[in-house]
Amino acid sequence: MKKLLLALATSAALLGFSAAAGAQDKTKVCFIYVGSKTDGGYSEGHDRGRQELEQALGDKVETAFLENVPEGPDAERAIERMARSGCALVFTTSFGFMDATIKVAQKFPDVKFEHATGFKSSENVGTYNARFYEGRYIQGVIAAKVSKAGVAGYIASFPIPEVVMGINAFMLGAHSVNPDFKVKIVWANTWADPGKEADAAKALADQGVDILTQHTDSTAPMQVAAERGIKAFGQASDMIAAGPETQLTAIVDTWGAYYIKRTQAVIDGTWKPENIWDGLKDGILTMAPYTNMPDDVKKAAEEVEAKIRSGELHPFTGPVKKQDGSDWLAEGEVSDDGTLLGMNFYIAGIDDKLPQ
Amino acid sequence: MRIELEKRPRPSTLLSVLSPFLALALTVVAGGIMFALIGKNPVAALYSFFVEPLTDVWSLHEIAVKAAPLILIGAGLSVCYRSNNWNIGAEGQFIMGAIAGAIVPVVFHDWHSPLVLPLMLVFGMIGGALYAAIPAFLKAHMNTNEILTSLMLVYIAQLFLDWLVRGPWRSPDAYNFPVTRDFTPEAILPEMIASGRTNYGFAFAILAAVGLWFMMRYTLKGFEISVLGQSERAGRFAGFSSRRMIWFSMLLSGALAGLAGISEVSGVIGKLQPIISPGYGFTAIIVAFLGRLNPLGIIAAGLFLALTYVGGEAVQLTLNVSDKVTRVFQGLLLFFVLSCDTLIQYRVRLVLSGLGRSGQGEAH
Repeated sequence: MKKLLLALATSAALLGFSAAAGAQDKTKVCFIYVGSKTDGGYSEGHDRGRQELEQALGDKVETAFLENVPEGPDAERAIERMARSGCALVFTTSFGFMDATIKVAQKFPDVKFEHATGFKSSENVGTYNARFYEGRYIQGVIAAKVSKAGVAGYIASFPIPEVVMGINAFMLGAHSVNPDFKVKIVWANTWADPGKEADAAKALADQGVDILTQHTDSTAPMQVAAERGIKAFGQASDMIAAGPETQLTAIVDTWGAYYIKRTQAVIDGTWKPENIWDGLKDGILTMAPYTNMPDDVKKAAEEVEAKIRSGELHPFTGPVKKQDGSDWLAEGEVSDDGTLLGMNFYIAGIDDKLPQ
Repeated sequence: MRIELEKRPRPSTLLSVLSPFLALALTVVAGGIMFALIGKNPVAALYSFFVEPLTDVWSLHEIAVKAAPLILIGAGLSVCYRSNNWNIGAEGQFIMGAIAGAIVPVVFHDWHSPLVLPLMLVFGMIGGALYAAIPAFLKAHMNTNEILTSLMLVYIAQLFLDWLVRGPWRSPDAYNFPVTRDFTPEAILPEMIASGRTNYGFAFAILAAVGLWFMMRYTLKGFEISVLGQSERAGRFAGFSSRRMIWFSMLLSGALAGLAGISEVSGVIGKLQPIISPGYGFTAIIVAFLGRLNPLGIIAAGLFLALTYVGGEAVQLTLNVSDKVTRVFQGLLLFFVLSCDTLIQYRVRLVLSGLGRSGQGEAH
């Protein structure tokens, strides 16, 4: 009897092994996008990463995606569908997919999940994010040098730490050049809605800003800036095509290398959930070519970028005061990551009131 | 030259019955051609669209989850439309129902009691009904067009919800994201069976639709609804009050939309957020007409529309097509359903000006 059980157990284990081996022929990697994969911005950035992954690993991987998935009940269904369709690794690429990712991951302990920009992880959910604030600091430096009005327009999405951190980094960069530099902020309350983004851009242009920057996903603000003859920064993808005379530079999300690395880890069986927060030096974000600006500004921007890469400059280095005048960072003090990731205050010199 | 629609003297009964199937067949053909044109195997695509979701217990559940609000709202709307009251604002009543029901778990989140859920559902129905009472009052007492008022109130409801979740009801521990706190377990509408996500909202939908079907078919109230809908004057001779009917049908459809709202928020989302409906209130209008304003037909139509959503995702994932392709596909389907219905009732005439009615064009 004991032998029979043993034999059964062995054959079951073998069966399981061969099934796993069969699945290993091609590792299926799935992506879920909040916007269209051709939005010219954030979701397109992730899809570029998916394509690079396909090219790099060739026959070893198979990829699939779902686009325009709303953050909410539909997201849970979409993610579960992926887990069920044999995906070994699922990248959920928007903040609002966080709870749905955790929920589905509990039901599918054998599937690996990676959630972008969130703060919840588990045994099979890792998180990954890029230090976009490094790029925003550089943009702030450029804005303060290029702007004649001394005021930039900022199209923000939601008042979550990620976005607040971006505004603060932009202004720290600007203040390093011109301590009186101002910013006007419009909360679009959406990640991707070309109509609303364009309206926000027009409202800001009407108020006299001559530089636009955005934390939303579409190219609409760039197009408005081009129509109004002002300058703008691209977001998530190189948006130079939408504003050949307009774009100063863009923060380009380059997730490809990361996707390749993590997929390889799944193939090798070494994947572990991690909380990744990489920066310019790791290549998870890059700056689009510095265009439409005088050479000295370009040179200054390149110098700042080099300093950030080398670690010589951290954008959040004291002395920095909070908006209410209280001290935050002392001279030479560098902010810890925890404060940045939970950031819910403005630095001094921002006139806007943070919606809370 | 102009094109005219002319009522057929004797529309074919057989074709009227077959119309939905004819439309489906035409959609399959047109959709197949579309998939072939973009270089995808049409058979595989159509299989993932219509068949694959039905082969899996999990996706059957997902269809039920998606269909529940559509059926619940659509059934209520059918009573409205049959009685000639055009409530276009179910989306707003859905939202207000969700908000009213959420008062319990959001404002009194420390109160733990088995009464929480029943109270939420009742509040949800009251919230939806009260919101529908505004266009009802305006129509019954000021003779206002309820299509406009109910539609405009949708936007007010959406913005009110938006303000609530960003302002007074914003969760203290969601990193400033515009959501309310998560509902406590006793505020969650439970799942019906362990095998999937279907919650009791689906049971409410079926009960409501069957109940309304019974009312329309076997009760005096149902007769009153049809008579007043077809001829207000005839209704008045029979002693029915069209003003009371405005109140009855609007409050009923509002309450059901509100119930759908709180069921969705409590059973599926688990909190309030700026967007809680992908347009259920409007899609339910299509469902009501696809189901020919018959509550049982609306069950079928709601399930079918839900299938196209779930199937649409399946196609995206298996064939790597853009989600726009599946939207086009849904559009094709509704187009063929409506055109089949129309062309069975009417025929198309090409009227050449100056030549009288000699020029004649036939439907394709």
